[in-house]
Amino acid sequence: MTSDYLLETTGLTHEFARPGQSPLPVLDGLDLQVREGEIAAVLGPSGSGKSTLLNILAGLDTPTGGAVKVAGRGVAYMPQKDLLFPWRTIEDNAILGLEVAGIKKKPAREQVAPLFAEFGLDGFQYAYPAQLSGGMRQRAALLRTVAMNRPVLLLDEPFGALDSLTRTQMQLWLADTWQRHGWTIVLVTHDIREAVFLADSVHVLSPRPARVVKRLEIDLPRPRTTDTFALPEFTKLERELLDTLLNVSS
Amino acid sequence: MRLNRLIRMLWPPVLLAVVLIAGWQLVAEYGIKNPEVLPSPSQVVSAGWGQRRAIAHNAWPTLRETELGFAFSFALSWLIAGAMDFSATVRRAVYPLLVTSQTIPIIAIAPLFVVMFGFGIGPKILLVALATFFPLAASLAAGFANADADADRLMRSMGASRWRIFWTMRVPGALPFFFTGLRVAITYAIGGAIFAEYAGAESGLGIYLQQMQQVFRTDLVFATVAVIAVGSIMLFALTYLLERWLTPWRRHEAEKR
Repeated sequence: MTSDYLLETTGLTHEFARPGQSPLPVLDGLDLQVREGEIAAVLGPSGSGKSTLLNILAGLDTPTGGAVKVAGRGVAYMPQKDLLFPWRTIEDNAILGLEVAGIKKKPAREQVAPLFAEFGLDGFQYAYPAQLSGGMRQRAALLRTVAMNRPVLLLDEPFGALDSLTRTQMQLWLADTWQRHGWTIVLVTHDIREAVFLADSVHVLSPRPARVVKRLEIDLPRPRTTDTFALPEFTKLERELLDTLLNVSS
Repeated sequence: MRLNRLIRMLWPPVLLAVVLIAGWQLVAEYGIKNPEVLPSPSQVVSAGWGQRRAIAHNAWPTLRETELGFAFSFALSWLIAGAMDFSATVRRAVYPLLVTSQTIPIIAIAPLFVVMFGFGIGPKILLVALATFFPLAASLAAGFANADADADRLMRSMGASRWRIFWTMRVPGALPFFFTGLRVAITYAIGGAIFAEYAGAESGLGIYLQQMQQVFRTDLVFATVAVIAVGSIMLFALTYLLERWLTPWRRHEAEKR
């Protein structure tokens, strides 16, 4: 009740037990604050414990110390790989989360039906994942995530595997779609440009053991479009984050 | 269109078979000239046709043993491979036994089974199961083990139980592996039944083969072998139909490649 945040971690620490050695610290007092309806980027060098953080936020791991507070039914997690099941049609992939939650196939399909047009997948409901392009598969995976109807979306480098042009198209599409839905998103990425373009706030992680070394508000105007990339502030923020990352990594 | 493709696919094996059979006919007719040693294909066909009732009469029990043995093996392989997937301890305990089951020579154990279980259908079912169990269970276990660990994490983050993950993700993912094992296993199945009958049975193609050998009806031996081969090939083809029906998504994957 007192918290203004939809998702908040305080003093999150995590260690991996190693037989015969001292435990390996991975997270070291990590604080995250995610407001309702914002896109919060978590930016970190590779090997900074991002996947450990993701596991904890997704509820797959219990942290050694500290606390995670998530509103309502928790987060909907979208892994890096699209992980669409090749034996399910796009529609049936989309309802996976609902089915797991105990909703029958038919009402679940009705529930996700309106999302297909929004995600540019109308007409592909009965296609199999193998018939879709990389960008479409990624949108289908995001649709599956959104369909779960949870207060926070947790996206792990959602566009990391795409080619650069497709990635930019997807970022533009996400910015546009988010504008209409106002989802609360935690976006884990190592792409500075992506973080600045999409996010309202950026948490920069240190190398392992990770903590937040900088929290930067991105007050670029919305809606964000291709013009956003050309703003002088965009370049400035990008530069600032790059410097921070280079500093903490050296 | 479809017919064209079928013709293009089928002419090489058909041509090869025709050439081989023609060669055999020539060798038997003009070379060996002794049907007790090597009957010609035409002699085999006419002898087989003449004895079609006897062959069919003996084919039914063999088919029945194959079916029942295979069904038993099928059910058991899912049970065991499933248990292996749920528990690493079960996996470690069972796997060596699985491999050992495959090393048992059917010829050696068939007479023992007859001694233990009699001349009825019981020991035949067991032997067919023994012959086919390993490829089924091993391919299924491999299919389960091949499941993407990240897909497992995804489903767990959705709150899915182990049981739900098994049915929703691991079973469909294992099907392509399972069909590979199924094809290997099914070719062993009839052979297993024949061996079992060799060791002692009242009727069946194995017994019929033995009887015809004893009276030097080599032509009927060949005819019986041909029936066994055709039966095995039909079962083999059936696995493709079944696969097409149960894994419809794989056609689209093939199109992309």
